[in-house]
Amino acid sequence: MTRSPDFRALTRRQLLTRASAVGASFVAGAGFIAAPDAAWAAETSHLEPSTFATLVQMARDIYPHDRIPDAYYVIAVKGYDSVEAAGRVEAGIAALNEAARGRGHGHYLDIGWERDRVDLLRSIEGSAFFQTVRSGLVTGLYNQKAVWPLFGYEGESFSHGGYIDRGFDDITWL
Amino acid sequence: MSAPFDLSDDSVVVIVGTGAGGGVLANELAQKGVSVVALEAGGRYLPEDYINDEWESFGQLAWTDARTTSGDWRVARDFPGLPTWIVKAVGGSTVHWAGASLRFQDHEWKAATTYGEVPGANLLDWPIDGAEMAPWYDLAEKKLGVTRTNGWPGLPGNNNFKVLEKGAKALGYTEVSTGRMAIMSHETGDRTMCQQTGFCFQGCKWGAKWSSAYTDIEQGEATGKLEVRTKCHAARILHDDSGKVTGVEYFDETGALQMQAARVVCVAGNSIESPRLLLNSASTMFPDGLANSSGQVGRNYMRHTTGSVYAVFEQPVHMYRGTTMAGIVQDEARHDPARGFVGGYELETLSIGLPFMAAFLDPGGWGREFTSALDGYANMAGLWIVGEDMPQEANRITLSPDVKDQFGLPAPNVHFDDHPNDIAMRNHAYAQGAAIYDAVGAVRTFPTPAYPSTHNLGTNRMSERPEDGVVNRHGQTHDIANLFVSDGSQFTTGAAENPTLTIVALAIRQAEYIRGAMARGEI
Ligand SMILES: Cc1cc2nc3c(=O)[nH]c(=O)nc-3n(C[C@H](O)[C@H](O)[C@H](O)COP(=O)(O)OP(=O)(O)OC[C@H]3O[C@@H](n4cnc5c(N)ncnc54)[C@H](O)[C@@H]3O)c2cc1C
Ligand code: SF4
Repeated sequence: MTRSPDFRALTRRQLLTRASAVGASFVAGAGFIAAPDAAWAAETSHLEPSTFATLVQMARDIYPHDRIPDAYYVIAVKGYDSVEAAGRVEAGIAALNEAARGRGHGHYLDIGWERDRVDLLRSIEGSAFFQTVRSGLVTGLYNQKAVWPLFGYEGESFSHGGYIDRGFDDITWL
Repeated sequence: MSAPFDLSDDSVVVIVGTGAGGGVLANELAQKGVSVVALEAGGRYLPEDYINDEWESFGQLAWTDARTTSGDWRVARDFPGLPTWIVKAVGGSTVHWAGASLRFQDHEWKAATTYGEVPGANLLDWPIDGAEMAPWYDLAEKKLGVTRTNGWPGLPGNNNFKVLEKGAKALGYTEVSTGRMAIMSHETGDRTMCQQTGFCFQGCKWGAKWSSAYTDIEQGEATGKLEVRTKCHAARILHDDSGKVTGVEYFDETGALQMQAARVVCVAGNSIESPRLLLNSASTMFPDGLANSSGQVGRNYMRHTTGSVYAVFEQPVHMYRGTTMAGIVQDEARHDPARGFVGGYELETLSIGLPFMAAFLDPGGWGREFTSALDGYANMAGLWIVGEDMPQEANRITLSPDVKDQFGLPAPNVHFDDHPNDIAMRNHAYAQGAAIYDAVGAVRTFPTPAYPSTHNLGTNRMSERPEDGVVNRHGQTHDIANLFVSDGSQFTTGAAENPTLTIVALAIRQAEYIRGAMARGEI
């Protein structure tokens, strides 16, 4: 990796130009970006559609954000709709439905109140299935660039020249 | 890149690691005309390569080789395979660091004397003191371009700082400022001024923050006296029958085992890898590892007493805009046992982006208590606690009996138990941090647990007497004259301050000593 020796003499503008040239390569490399499309939920290739729908509800119950549409939860767990994962997920969701029946419900999805679904999830919190789904969501959900604006997080600012002229010290309510 | 030094050239100084300690030492020696081969396990990434995206950057830079953990610290539960958050790359953790550059307070060089007997703590005075270090600190501050030194202005405060400042002053704190930072606060024509982009932890794309990656290393290479070999992982230090070290075995980029001969070897792989390398170099002559006659190699592992306090307000803060560590409250850094603990702590603003907040706010947490906190992300402010933790003999790096790294070398196990003093200090700091934010109308505050360790210290500690530690006042091992330790593992005690300025000052001082000792024919 080489670099012109006068690098440090470059102006801010020149640095920015270089950055946008470099930028393209890593934006394209980011993993989770896909067009949010709720129709995905129905189109499973390896999981039963009902299993996948239950998984999406479970994801929302673990990390509930009312301002975030289902589509992002769908993207977050879409990876489980694969040959390798399908068996474990079918078993995990079957166990979840079994636990729901144990509490007098038909299926997990039949439980009307989030509070009751969360109670059920608490009872299986220690299971490998729950922990896999939960920890996968930490990146699967929150590392989707498309959800960042919904939290007011602006992501990288280098390509815009930083926040030096864009509100790094704009607080007024203090 | 040119390769000026032959593997069999035994006139060179071999330095393992190119971070704060190794990178500075390499340049300082090269400037003095000493031939240096620096072995760096990671690759070379420069400002145009850095990625302003937390997880992608982590994938690019983080040290993720196999490690194990034990002990009662929460990191062992939350991140059992990732005890530290440090860098594998040219520049080491100075690519990640935030730039806070503080000198030790005078009494902190003499913790054993100042604090007296603390049960369970293996306290020791440093063999050096503030007066002796002052001129080296001067040089370090000049090198790093530290704000509020040498007449340079402080950085402007961002929103996160303004919240901290207002709350701290409301509580009666007076030592509140945008701190001393190794970040350019003005244009010099040499380094770009801080553009307040945030992402200081992911590598500064403006080169405004000091990192040895694009300052000292390049300056050293420009002398023609420094060769940096990237993706070269030091595996073992060799010695002769007289007990002098003779070279370093390493795995090169292709995985092939090489041996670089050496006149002097300096270990600067950060406080987990440095003792691991000494332990992995055990031989029939040194069955407990190199330079370990005291039995202290790997012991007294310190990581600073840390934790964060985040707070949500009714209105926006946008804490992530601008410098990550944008300001500091220093009133609690004093030693005042009336608070229920010895030593002190600093409170420094900190912000992490949404992806890391989700991972670190309450690892393992879920449900609405957790998600409603994240819903307040735009209205959040945050600070980080950095306080002196107690050295304890049993907090140590050992070689795992069963886990091996990608080269087949025994992985390090990192054992850490909190000392009661650490817990008392952390609880005090959590309360003060929350009070600061409550004073400006926080709706909720979150006492957030420690992240994987960013400050790793003390595992080859400096001591006056050979039986108390691993290295002498120059970082030279007590046992082997031509073997040095040049990174944060030399620390006898950790002090309340972020460690890097002191690591750099020690490296500059050590370079002067090594050059002199070589000229005198002592090594
Ligand atoms: C997120 C973050 C923020 C921080 N903020 C601050 C701050 O504001 N102020 C402050 O003072 N400090 C800060 N620090 C801490 C600071 O980065 C470290 O204290 C400092 O860099 C440690 O210097 P070192 O020389 O001991 O190790 P490092 O800088 O980590 O360098 C060690 C080098 O050795 C290499 N290496 C290791 N083993 C081998 C081997 N076997 N063979 C070859 N190479 C090897 C590594 O790849 C690495 O490049 C921060 C750290 C992090 C991670
Ligand atoms: S905020 Fe300043 S120091 Fe930090 S990365 Fe951006 S330009 Fe560099």
